[in-house]
Amino acid sequence: MTILSVFDIGLVVLILGIGASTIAAREAFAAVIGFVVYGLLLSIAWVRLSAVDVALTEAAIGGGMTGMLMLGAVVRLRLAKGSDTRASLPVRFSAGVLCALVTAGLAAAILSPPEAIPTLAPMVMENLAQSGLGNPVAGVLFVYRALDTLLEKVVLILALLGVWSLAPDSVWGGIPGLRVYARPSSTLTFLAQLLPPVGIVVAIYMCWVGAKEPGGAFQGGTVLAAMWLLVMIAGLKRVPSISQPWLRLLLVVGPVIFLAIGLAGMVLANAFLAYPPGYAKPLIVAVEVALTLSIGVALGLLAAGPPERVQQR
Amino acid sequence: MNAATLFGLSGAALVGFGLYGLVTNPEPLRKILAFNLLGSGVFLVFGVVSRRAAASGLGGDPVPQAMVITAIVVAFAATAMAIALVLRLLQETGRSTLSADNSGGTNTDGGNS
Repeated sequence: MTILSVFDIGLVVLILGIGASTIAAREAFAAVIGFVVYGLLLSIAWVRLSAVDVALTEAAIGGGMTGMLMLGAVVRLRLAKGSDTRASLPVRFSAGVLCALVTAGLAAAILSPPEAIPTLAPMVMENLAQSGLGNPVAGVLFVYRALDTLLEKVVLILALLGVWSLAPDSVWGGIPGLRVYARPSSTLTFLAQLLPPVGIVVAIYMCWVGAKEPGGAFQGGTVLAAMWLLVMIAGLKRVPSISQPWLRLLLVVGPVIFLAIGLAGMVLANAFLAYPPGYAKPLIVAVEVALTLSIGVALGLLAAGPPERVQQR
Repeated sequence: MNAATLFGLSGAALVGFGLYGLVTNPEPLRKILAFNLLGSGVFLVFGVVSRRAAASGLGGDPVPQAMVITAIVVAFAATAMAIALVLRLLQETGRSTLSADNSGGTNTDGGNS
């Protein structure tokens, strides 16, 4: 037994233990904290599966952003009246048995792999050189399955529209209800001053390096969003009202440029979302930069929630 | 048993945990959390499929990896939407429960009234 397999077993035990504790915990707060830790451990598992791009996304989104959203919700839900009744013992028991059956079915599928494992990896590598990209995952995201990536950004914007539309009519176009903890000379203020310059450089690096190495628009955008949220929560910068024209422009600039390049591909390269030969890499980098900005703003606003106050004029 | 199979089995177990939490836990926020756990288990199983298909000098098949990245993003968008719905329910009714029989004289339609 090598040291790595011991590490893997330890990791799996931790992931399963903390995963189960998020379900079993009595307090919602403890469950959410467990979920953040779980997300970070899971990203290590992704590294062990040689999927570093996924690991970065899981750490940033699965642990960080989702955890932050849920923590905010837990604090607000403490005001809620009325308690839920727990499911009765027979219901819980039968649910447990059925869930165990689902797990057993999945485990059986994993333990009996097919004779010939279907894979698209050789085809991806065959044509990757034409795009000028070095990271096969970025190649899949921006060349082979560019439509998926485009629609994913549209989903983000649609989700944001959904969140905004939950605001009461009277505060439409107002300021998101992000909790601000402005205390002078606190640790939070210090961190909010110290981290953003570093974070912004990391975000730009991730976005740029995404073409060659693990990283990319999404991971970079998440770091940007985190820095923006940090500055807003510490009260160093006001939370903008959602009717600001610059905010809406930043939100759509990424998908619009992506779509424009895609449509131009219909004329120049004979297919929607195809890139003209020789220009693939510069076009993809341009799309990635625009997407990083849009994703950063969209994620930040999703985490900030629906508008709750009207802007003071 | 190699590492990929081990992580695949833990993914299967996580799907079971998440499903159990989703069915039995009455609080909406805990249900959302359990649903995220279920989702991450599915992603892990999918990642093991990708790891198995390692070829051409890669650590894994990049196509499933790219799909998991897209899936994580979409799951986050759905979670943000679900949490906003729960908070809106709290704002409208002062309660955050899904059970309809718990009448406390409050408005229980949960809509934009």
